[in-house]
Amino acid sequence: MYMHSRPWLCYWIIHSIALLGDCLDDKLENDVVDFLERCQDPNGGYGGGPGQLPSLIISFRMHDGGEIDVRACYTAISVASALNILDDRLIQNVGDYILSCQTHEGGISGEPGTEAHGGYTFCGLAAMVLINEVNRLDLPGLVNWVVFRQGVECGFQGRTNKLVDGCYSFWQGGVAAIIQRLHLIVNEQLGLPNAFKDDLSIDCEHDSTNSDLSEGERYSEATTSFKNDTCENSQEGEQGFEDGSSGKYNASPPTGVNNTGYNFIKGPVGMRPLFNSMALQQYILLCSQEQAGFRDKPGKRRDHYHTCYVLSGLSICQYSGVKDADSPPLPRDILGPYSNLLEPVHPLYNIILDRYYEAHEFFARS
Amino acid sequence: MNQDLREGRARIPLSERPEWADVRPVPQDDGPNPLVPIAYTDEFRETMDYFRAVYLANERSPRALHLTKEAIFLNSGNYTVWQFRRLVLEALKVDLHEELEFLEKITRDNSKNYQIWHHRRWVAEKLGTDVTSNELEFTKEIFLEDAKHYHAWSHRQWVLQALGGWEDELAYCDELLEDDIFNNSAWNQRYFVVTRSPHLGGLEAMRDSEVAYAIKAILAKPENESPWRYLRGLYRNNLNSLAEDPRVASVCLDVLMNKRDCIHALNMVLDLLCHCYQPSNEMKNAIDAVVTPESNLSDLNLAARVCSILQLVDPMRANYWEWRKSTIPVHLEDIDPGMEKQCVV
Repeated sequence: MYMHSRPWLCYWIIHSIALLGDCLDDKLENDVVDFLERCQDPNGGYGGGPGQLPSLIISFRMHDGGEIDVRACYTAISVASALNILDDRLIQNVGDYILSCQTHEGGISGEPGTEAHGGYTFCGLAAMVLINEVNRLDLPGLVNWVVFRQGVECGFQGRTNKLVDGCYSFWQGGVAAIIQRLHLIVNEQLGLPNAFKDDLSIDCEHDSTNSDLSEGERYSEATTSFKNDTCENSQEGEQGFEDGSSGKYNASPPTGVNNTGYNFIKGPVGMRPLFNSMALQQYILLCSQEQAGFRDKPGKRRDHYHTCYVLSGLSICQYSGVKDADSPPLPRDILGPYSNLLEPVHPLYNIILDRYYEAHEFFARS
Repeated sequence: MNQDLREGRARIPLSERPEWADVRPVPQDDGPNPLVPIAYTDEFRETMDYFRAVYLANERSPRALHLTKEAIFLNSGNYTVWQFRRLVLEALKVDLHEELEFLEKITRDNSKNYQIWHHRRWVAEKLGTDVTSNELEFTKEIFLEDAKHYHAWSHRQWVLQALGGWEDELAYCDELLEDDIFNNSAWNQRYFVVTRSPHLGGLEAMRDSEVAYAIKAILAKPENESPWRYLRGLYRNNLNSLAEDPRVASVCLDVLMNKRDCIHALNMVLDLLCHCYQPSNEMKNAIDAVVTPESNLSDLNLAARVCSILQLVDPMRANYWEWRKSTIPVHLEDIDPGMEKQCVV
């Protein structure tokens, strides 16, 4: 089954190992590099080293509509963003396309007209953040859709009225994690003044321990500094929203998008998690775990794909209570012993955070 | 068609077939330390070695076409093989109706494969309106086994938009929803038809009857999220009109009064309240009756009260309802009813 997903297998396995805080030995790491270099051979079917990427996207766009979908948009945008080669030419039309895929339910579909789906919602939302056009999506509608995907089994389903599946712990959990850093734009879409109200701490008694500040005050601080970041780095985007989020987006393509992923993760987290992190951790550890791997649901077999995305989702849960990317989570946010704690990921790329920082530094220099 | 594969006869290795005697196979270069090695069968390895040879030689011949078919039977996920097959099909001007038959067989084995569907779209586009009904029928057959098959829905929507065949589509949605009112893919298709069919006059013309359709489904199964989302979707981008449609508030009230699964009804009422809906006393009483009176919520405005009730009856989303409470529009915070009337957005 995996004969033509071998680079995927590499990612699923290595990312899982990295989430657990371990890494490959030098010999194996060199073999991976050697293997992936061979996959870059166009005859191997995985075209696209850094230099080839723009042509990949342009050729996608020149073909008929069917060739492009939200997953392809995200793949191209996230890789280009991580490699620091995102430019206006690449971004053109991507925002329009993803916007046309937000469905009447609130989630995002693979192509305009099809059904809202967890995988495509993650891809669409993350891509829109990376190109600084996330304000064009209906975010309150998207949030409502995603929180309703967590069902009585405590895990996430991929679509309305479908069965729960462990892999959506990341696809849907990742959406929730991204939203936590978009509160400024969400508030703007809700027509709220962007200063948090004082009474936010109502019903927060379970959260008010160990802190002199109320929840509202703490997140209020976060709001203010994120706003500053956003204004410095995405003036175009902000103006675009002022023009009206549902109308045609007339602003020129955003500039400085190569830092979007970095500023996003370095900015504070302005919202508490809107999904039920503890419940999801229960599903993951009690239902999705099988021996030394993870699976879709009880009765299914473990595999590398599910192990990767279930673990990624578990990491998202564990860090969902932190207020900035460099703080460790509190023990009360971790189900089980604190030794269950995984490495944090960058939610836009699903890469271990430290690896992301290294890549960002490296490609910013080159 | 590969006779050997189809009739279960022992396969003759390519190296022993006279028509391949002039070709030198090209082995896969996995390097000295192959990673995630795949346990290829001899058959697979040999087929791919010969495929590489014709691919590198860019040989667009009948035997190359046949070889791609063998390779696809062994692994339908190889994008390069499919891509090359399209080049050969074009070069040889093959009758593509046969290609659809071939695809049908392949799809039965692995219907979740992107390449197969992409290829099918390419073939159908070439054949045009000749195959409209064939393609609609083909996806129908898939839905008999999996009514939520994402690729098949995607293909069906493409067929409708590119080739037509909209006439019976709304009736088909009816049929699927009669089979399973929880089938969200069918609800999504219904939305697709109502908003895009060239025969129905668009959402504006259809809204009224569709609101009635959704409400009927809600009253039958209030716990079914699909018709609630569909109903809201009918007023997409104009939630104030949703709040102004008396039938919407009425169905919420109906569900609340009957004390049935009320999470979706309360979710809807909250949206209405945030969009200038003026609740009747009956509605206020029905909301307050959802939870036992000991939970003292009377100090809050109605929208905040709905959030607090949802926190109690829907603990899975307690964080979300708490956040919703914090984002209630300022004009609703004042309990003075005179202030509420200022809402004329």
